[in-house]
Amino acid sequence: MDYLNNIDLDSIKIIDKSEYPTKGIKKDKVTNDIDNLFKELNIHDGAVVSFHHHLRNGDSVTNLIMKHIQKLGIKDITLVASSLFPTNKELIPLLKDGTIKNIVTSYISGELGEAISQGELKGYIIMQSHGGRARSILNGEIEIDVAFIASPSSDNKGNISGVNGINSCGTLGYAIADSMMAKKVVAVTDSLVEYPNYPADITEDYVDHILLVDSIGLKSGIVSGTTMITKDPIGLKIAKDTLKVMEASGLLKDGFSFQSGAGGISLAVTSFLREYMIENNLKGSFASGGITGYLTDMLEEGLFDALFDVQCFDLQAIESLKKNPNHLRMSASQYGNPEVSTVVDNLDIVILGATEIDTNFNVNVTTGSHGMLMGGSGGHQDTAAGSKLSIIVSKLFSSRIPLIKDRVDVITTPGSTVDVLVTERGICVNPLRQDLIEKFKEAKLNVVDINELKAYSEKIMGVAKPIEKTERVIGFSEYRDGRIIDYIYEVKR
Amino acid sequence: MSYKTLLFMPGNNPGMLQSSDILGADGIIIDLEDAVALTEKDAARILVCEYLNTFEPQSDIFIRVNPLDTPFFYKDLEAIKNLNITGIVLPKVSVESMEALDKYLTENNLDFKVIGLVETALGLEMAMDILSRSKKVIGVLLGAEDLTLDLGAKRTKESEEIAYARSRIIAVSKALQIEAIDTPWTDTDDYEGLRKDALNAKELGMTGKALISPRHVDIVNKVFAPSEEEIKHALRVVEGVKAANEKGLGAFSLDGKMVDAPIIKRALNLLKMSGDYKEEYDGLLK
Repeated sequence: MDYLNNIDLDSIKIIDKSEYPTKGIKKDKVTNDIDNLFKELNIHDGAVVSFHHHLRNGDSVTNLIMKHIQKLGIKDITLVASSLFPTNKELIPLLKDGTIKNIVTSYISGELGEAISQGELKGYIIMQSHGGRARSILNGEIEIDVAFIASPSSDNKGNISGVNGINSCGTLGYAIADSMMAKKVVAVTDSLVEYPNYPADITEDYVDHILLVDSIGLKSGIVSGTTMITKDPIGLKIAKDTLKVMEASGLLKDGFSFQSGAGGISLAVTSFLREYMIENNLKGSFASGGITGYLTDMLEEGLFDALFDVQCFDLQAIESLKKNPNHLRMSASQYGNPEVSTVVDNLDIVILGATEIDTNFNVNVTTGSHGMLMGGSGGHQDTAAGSKLSIIVSKLFSSRIPLIKDRVDVITTPGSTVDVLVTERGICVNPLRQDLIEKFKEAKLNVVDINELKAYSEKIMGVAKPIEKTERVIGFSEYRDGRIIDYIYEVKR
Repeated sequence: MSYKTLLFMPGNNPGMLQSSDILGADGIIIDLEDAVALTEKDAARILVCEYLNTFEPQSDIFIRVNPLDTPFFYKDLEAIKNLNITGIVLPKVSVESMEALDKYLTENNLDFKVIGLVETALGLEMAMDILSRSKKVIGVLLGAEDLTLDLGAKRTKESEEIAYARSRIIAVSKALQIEAIDTPWTDTDDYEGLRKDALNAKELGMTGKALISPRHVDIVNKVFAPSEEEIKHALRVVEGVKAANEKGLGAFSLDGKMVDAPIIKRALNLLKMSGDYKEEYDGLLK
């Protein structure tokens, strides 16, 4: 407040009547002329542009905008996309011609990931967690020049809602930080609706331009009609044993909180948990993360007080978000930003997957068995760190390749935050959690040493041939707090 | 061992074989017969041998061989004779096939147990005779799908068409003091139907049920497992018998009801099934 403490009355100029403001209509934000819009945006070589992934594999916006940038001959772009999907294979030529130099993302799958793994990116790829991405944007570590926000609906002032419009996708939690911090924010929509558009996930005060396009995506790729529980007996066995682990931990009591993914085994855990809660008259506080119809059913049955939703996985979740006031929107920052108070810090139990795990409980969900980028942390790091009990569920073999390694290819989530591994052949507990080992033994669970389980799986299947990589570092696995936890190397062609 | 659940596993599916022993079934029946196409018989036999020589399954393993009237019967027996298995399920049992199997096992000095699969009208009517032909027989399994085909009956979920067969199988099993294993429930997604069917079989006197889906294991195990209340009552019966024997009493009453030999026998059988049986109970039933 130096202004008030050092007022120099002589220097103050009172507005002259001739300069009084007039009532006026502010500039129209809406345009369907992408060329004119880009002139105004003035995107330059080396700019940073961002996108969210709520439209998942149905997204058309990222490809549309990036190809326009290519057409304009702009080079060395840093692409900050919360996730990238197989549909983004159209961006591969943009790596080769230098339009895109660096990529920052939380998940990447499909041919684009493979091209990057094979060294096509001139700069680096940084793999972040969802919470880590929000942190780095909100604290200014990443400065976004223009955020292009695929918007299922917007009014002419830029109130963006994810639940309205033909390509509704539910909450827009991953785009909130971008909209708050980018120098310019462009809502890209195919559904311009009457003012005010509500409920708005992003409000007009954060939106500079609205680009009207024919289509922002394909609904079939955006959400699943339904998400299905696995019918695989091994997956079901793992899910059942996971429920036993949860019960033996002592955390399943009134007011507990829970998160699981939309994978087949995770959904089966949720389904068994529902039955358990009904049988034992148990009521939870909240469930969080990406939300499926299974969780919205549990909300409606009164098994949870609330849902924290950063992303809707199916149509039922979108409908629930529209009508149920206890189904809460959550930004990626509120979800898992390590620099602020977050939902993951209040989480009791999280169920997570793994492509590989090593004997130090480090988990890889970033690269596949061929060493190529085909995943990423998403909320893995965030929930493992925040929860009281992080459980990895996985089969011991995947296509005859053992799950447990001496050292994972890329560390996504450090073993220091991973508590339990549940496989079909036994339950491994991180030695850091002696309290759990005692509880599980008391409950007569099949607890086995992770080294013994590794030896067993290698006896059956043998040791997988090492992945051949070059010495060139193509990117980094970044921990949620911004520190680098591992290198990502180029895969030999 | 009383088999509440015996889970069929196709002998030509390495993925399923590899994980078969962790699914919670009391026993596994590896199938070389119906689940394996004619063109894959040799491959399946080799695969099953490789599996059992490589893994150490935690469950009791039975192998369903091909019937006597096929070229595969003796090939199957030759291939599996050195494996570490519990026993053999003999399909389409007949006097001839049971005698042939018993002869082969005896000549080769094999200590395999045998479960006879009754799935023809003739087999059903002659079950007592057939199953008496080998001392290695520990159980009889009802195969209702083939049986109803033979009978010209329509197979239904209500299973009224196999009521007679079930009762006859159960009577034979009790007469021979062997296990009575019920036919599998074939609708893999109808869990409530399965539960009712298994409960019906149990109430008729079946001691367990064969399964074709791993997802059926828990439900059937639960149906055939004695309840805590039943176990408590059986233990009270046993304690009552011990006390009566000490006092030199021939009979006694529990909860106002006379406890006699059939009730004691039922209690002992139940404790065997629940795993609560102790050696000291051996002499209780005089």
